[in-house]
Amino acid sequence: MNPAFSVILLTVLIGAGQGLFLALFVIEAVVAAGIAAAPSPGFYPTGSVLALLLLAGGLLASFFHLGHPERAWRSAAMWRTSWLSREVIVLPAFMALVAAYGWAHWQGISGTLLLGGAGVLLCLALFLCTGMIYACIKFLQEWASPLTLVNFTILGCASGVALAAALAGQRGETFTACVVAWAIVLTVAGLLTRVISLQRNARLRPRSSLQTAIGIKHPKITQKSQGFMGGSFNTREFFHGRSRGALRAVKWGFLAGAFVIPALLLTAALAVPSPAPALLWLIFVVQLSGLIAERWFFFAQANHPQNLYYQAIS
Amino acid sequence: MTQLALVIDLNVCVGCHACVTSCKEWNTSGAAGFMSDDNPYDRDPTGTFFNRVQTFEVGEFPNTQTVHFPKSCLHCEDPPCVPVCPTGASYKRPEDGIVLVDYDKCIGCKYCSWACPYGVREIDEHQKVMKKCTLCVDRIYDAKLPESERKPACVLACPTNARLYGDIHDEESVVSKAIRENSGYALMPEWGTQPANHYLPRRRTEMRIHEDELERADNPLKIDGRLPRPGIKDPSLDDVTSW
Ligand code: SF4
Ligand code: SF4
Repeated sequence: MNPAFSVILLTVLIGAGQGLFLALFVIEAVVAAGIAAAPSPGFYPTGSVLALLLLAGGLLASFFHLGHPERAWRSAAMWRTSWLSREVIVLPAFMALVAAYGWAHWQGISGTLLLGGAGVLLCLALFLCTGMIYACIKFLQEWASPLTLVNFTILGCASGVALAAALAGQRGETFTACVVAWAIVLTVAGLLTRVISLQRNARLRPRSSLQTAIGIKHPKITQKSQGFMGGSFNTREFFHGRSRGALRAVKWGFLAGAFVIPALLLTAALAVPSPAPALLWLIFVVQLSGLIAERWFFFAQANHPQNLYYQAIS
Repeated sequence: MTQLALVIDLNVCVGCHACVTSCKEWNTSGAAGFMSDDNPYDRDPTGTFFNRVQTFEVGEFPNTQTVHFPKSCLHCEDPPCVPVCPTGASYKRPEDGIVLVDYDKCIGCKYCSWACPYGVREIDEHQKVMKKCTLCVDRIYDAKLPESERKPACVLACPTNARLYGDIHDEESVVSKAIRENSGYALMPEWGTQPANHYLPRRRTEMRIHEDELERADNPLKIDGRLPRPGIKDPSLDDVTSW
């Protein structure tokens, strides 16, 4: 597929926003259980605002993907069948809950745990919807796997928790080191599941071939003409147009940028007694950029069977 | 239930693109608006089409066959492009099985084109909505047209009659017969989309001559030779000349 930056930004930004919200909720739950000391006042509202900004940024980016953004409201109609429609419903609902959660903390209203719990459910539903948009297209074999869901969730959580660590470090919270440790765990877990999915995709055998595409059972078929001399939507939308070398470079780039470098830097941050907030922010930025490359690769790697029909200009 | 469809005979198609141009001509002039083109007479021409004719070479030189392969929306009976559409703009008509896009509802998210394995949906770069073959839904029911012309424009245009049109759920229709009797097949059956459009395979046209056909079967004595000359006085065949 030809990666669209609007969709890359959408999935990466809302993933980070979701991860940050989950981190806030877990921190609150741990504090409520008396395991950690309560954060300074304003921690939850600030975190909620940050999460909200990321979610809104993603939502905004998604509008640039539409030919008719002014009709976007229509896309809530088919939630019975379409994961995209479900995402369109769940995302704003989740944003509303995050806003309510932050507001309740700011106002000191009790019951934030309950509100947060509802938010967690919507957050997980949102991960499910976003992942299923891609995983449900069975002939995009690179995507049609539970690993797509797992990766969207874990990578979102990793970047969100890294952001939570930066926020905690900035405010000098007592549990900063603990959040950093969790960011390491999630980043390493993300590396693991992403590498598993890379390996799975490398072993994939396409089920469609030129033979099934045109229904002629001869081992040697070559296309002589795709029916037109210039390009078309079909030649632009479904192929990234880059060389294999470029693809490989992006792969190693995202493995380093999204996982290895952040994990090493996080470990370094954990080693010193009180890490500089700037370092933690840097880690988040590096990981987010790495994840943008990761998402680009995720799209570019998917090989659409329609490409079988568009291989030669006569 | 009705499922209208095209059956395309690859044995007959000569790759003339008449269906492509007549499709574009009919559908760009319709109520749904034009099908936009960019740089039509310039470098890198591009445009929206419902139908494309592609060419494949099968086999290895010198034993090759050229196969011309027209491709448009197959109006799948289980269309993967329909359930994914978030707005309901893409839908399959229950009454005749045609898969259509409501251009007033489509938000141009392109998700349906990702969900079609055949690459037959094309976004219109100017109207920003998804377009695809409508099976000329605006002409096949037009009571103002003579009965014989209530067919998709491509079918009427095909000079070799390679495109058949009808209801594949009606066992007696020309399309059902063609599929049944000429081993019509569907594209990419591995995805379970059950395309309504079918293709008829290339067929080798050869004469089978049996041994006994080389001899006169009405010559029991197996004597071949000239018939005896009629006598000079005998009447000839037409009774006009004789020799
Ligand atoms: S050919 Fe493609 S666009 Fe047409 S009905 Fe089938 S899946 Fe949908
Ligand atoms: S591009 Fe239009 S028809 Fe296709 S899925 Fe999006 S809204 Fe539906």
